[in-house]
Amino acid sequence: MGSITLQDVRKAFGPHVVIPGANLQIEDGSFVVFVGASGCGKTTLLRMIAGLEDVTSGRIMIDGANVVDVPPARRGLSMVFQSYALYPHMSVRGNIAFGLKMAGLPRPEIDRKVDAAAAILNLTSYLDRKPRELSGGQRQRVAIGRAIVREPKAFLFDEPLSNLDAALRVQMRQEVTRLQRQLKTTAIYVTHDQVEAMTMADRIVVLNAGSIEQYGTPLELYERPANLFVAGFIGSPRMNMIERETEQHRGAATIGVRPEHMTVSRDGDGWSGTVRAAEHLGSDTFLYVDTPEIGSITVRCVGELGLGEGDSVRLRPDPTRIHRFDKSGTAIR
Amino acid sequence: MATQQARTLGRLMLSPTIILLFVWMIVPLAMTIYFSALNYNLLNPGMENFAGLDNYYYFLTDPAFLAAFRNTLVLVGSVLAITVVFGILIALLLDQPILGRNVVRLMVIGPFFIMPTVSALVWKNLLMHPVSGLFAWIATSLGLEPIDWFAEAPMFAIILIVSWQWLPFATLILLTALQSLDAEQREAAEMDGARSLSTFLYITLPHLARPITVVILIETIFLLSVFADIFVTTGGGPGLQTTNIAFLIYSQALMHYDVGTASAGGLVAVVVANILAFFLVRIVGRNLEA
Repeated sequence: MGSITLQDVRKAFGPHVVIPGANLQIEDGSFVVFVGASGCGKTTLLRMIAGLEDVTSGRIMIDGANVVDVPPARRGLSMVFQSYALYPHMSVRGNIAFGLKMAGLPRPEIDRKVDAAAAILNLTSYLDRKPRELSGGQRQRVAIGRAIVREPKAFLFDEPLSNLDAALRVQMRQEVTRLQRQLKTTAIYVTHDQVEAMTMADRIVVLNAGSIEQYGTPLELYERPANLFVAGFIGSPRMNMIERETEQHRGAATIGVRPEHMTVSRDGDGWSGTVRAAEHLGSDTFLYVDTPEIGSITVRCVGELGLGEGDSVRLRPDPTRIHRFDKSGTAIR
Repeated sequence: MATQQARTLGRLMLSPTIILLFVWMIVPLAMTIYFSALNYNLLNPGMENFAGLDNYYYFLTDPAFLAAFRNTLVLVGSVLAITVVFGILIALLLDQPILGRNVVRLMVIGPFFIMPTVSALVWKNLLMHPVSGLFAWIATSLGLEPIDWFAEAPMFAIILIVSWQWLPFATLILLTALQSLDAEQREAAEMDGARSLSTFLYITLPHLARPITVVILIETIFLLSVFADIFVTTGGGPGLQTTNIAFLIYSQALMHYDVGTASAGGLVAVVVANILAFFLVRIVGRNLEA
């Protein structure tokens, strides 16, 4: 069990408002990712759920009970920190067991649970080592072990993979996802990396300046972004935002076309332009095209088209995948 | 750069300094060893003759030596215990976000800058004096009998004065160590359900193990040779109650004018210090290994 609900949760440091009021419903067993640029309040929101940060006003409900005044340890959550925050003088076993020891569990039960957690995470042969004798990925697993051994209602992850190198990050990403599916425990995961968000989440919360811009499944966010911010944030390379009036606008203030939703040809109809730069990745080609009509446009084509700098091209957007936004930036459906 | 030639040249350039340092150290040591083997009394100048190991025999069998040895251990041990325990407590307090924290920190360091002679005089005449001291005034205004500290509890008085001098040092080192404790570790402990006492025992105290070791090792070196405080306040008395090894050597040399025995005592003190250092490093020094 572990459903979490935020009701008008506000956070202000003095006159400086960080979270102007967040409402969110997280279902039991789901994997929710908070994503946003640094300083958007995603970590603050997570720390408020954890109880490490006071809530200025509003309610945080875990399984229907308001926990705003409950100390962190009694909320039944466990957290994996960005720096892992392992206790350096304790062995791996000591680290994982610490929470159980504080809860006053009998020794044999602690040992049994620690061994079980270590087995899940492939840490059994490292149980007697100190954190400093472990690699980055192993430390990460110890931190996760410390979280799962307490069988919490939900896991909170605060950018846990940002200290790992790229290859290990991909591997740990899959491991964390697999583990969460296996344990069926609610998880809230904070990251600034949209690839992590898209690949791991059941549902994503996009945060901007402390406000929730959109809450939905990864594909919803990609296919039906609620506003300009989400449209620009999800997807790489970024969506092309066209403000100059074209025949596609049909009353919208801005239209957005993703780079992968355009077809490129040397001639024919469509917007004409000149290739300013081309990046050939083999599998894909990124073209940066200057057009007199609508400005600079990024296009992503699958495969190799043999186009290079200075070539003149024609761009045709896929008419079914054009996103339209009104003056305030909200999507028109 | 690190060719054979460059290295030879480097050694050549360093050698004057090293030779100077070596001579600086070895001459006094050699002279002390030489004097310790002489029958050399300042009251009979020019009458020195070779005495062999007699000086050592007299120094070590002197009942004063055993008393001084014991006093040294009591003094060092008590001051260490007081400064470490109270150092941790004060450091914990100063680590809290209180109003005027910087001023308070500066004031806490104060006693460390006062020279031992001065602080001992202040304690002796202004605080602990049985007639005009502050403690006597407090005792009389509460209707109690004032304590004559240096007559009734001389060793305790000395321990108090020396601890007062060394407490800032311990506090300062432990405070800087506390500030380097990772905030996320404390939060992780909080999430794990540790209360403040458990956090202190399982997270803070182990984190302080190394700075505590540093405090103990450095303080021991200086506490073995406490002299000014004793000289100014009790003069080693009453009887031998506050005579430590350093003071005993002084009294041999300049009260009995017996340079030979004093030299022997000095060398004994060197040996004692080394034995103590050996055990200390064995016991607490492993904390220093990374």
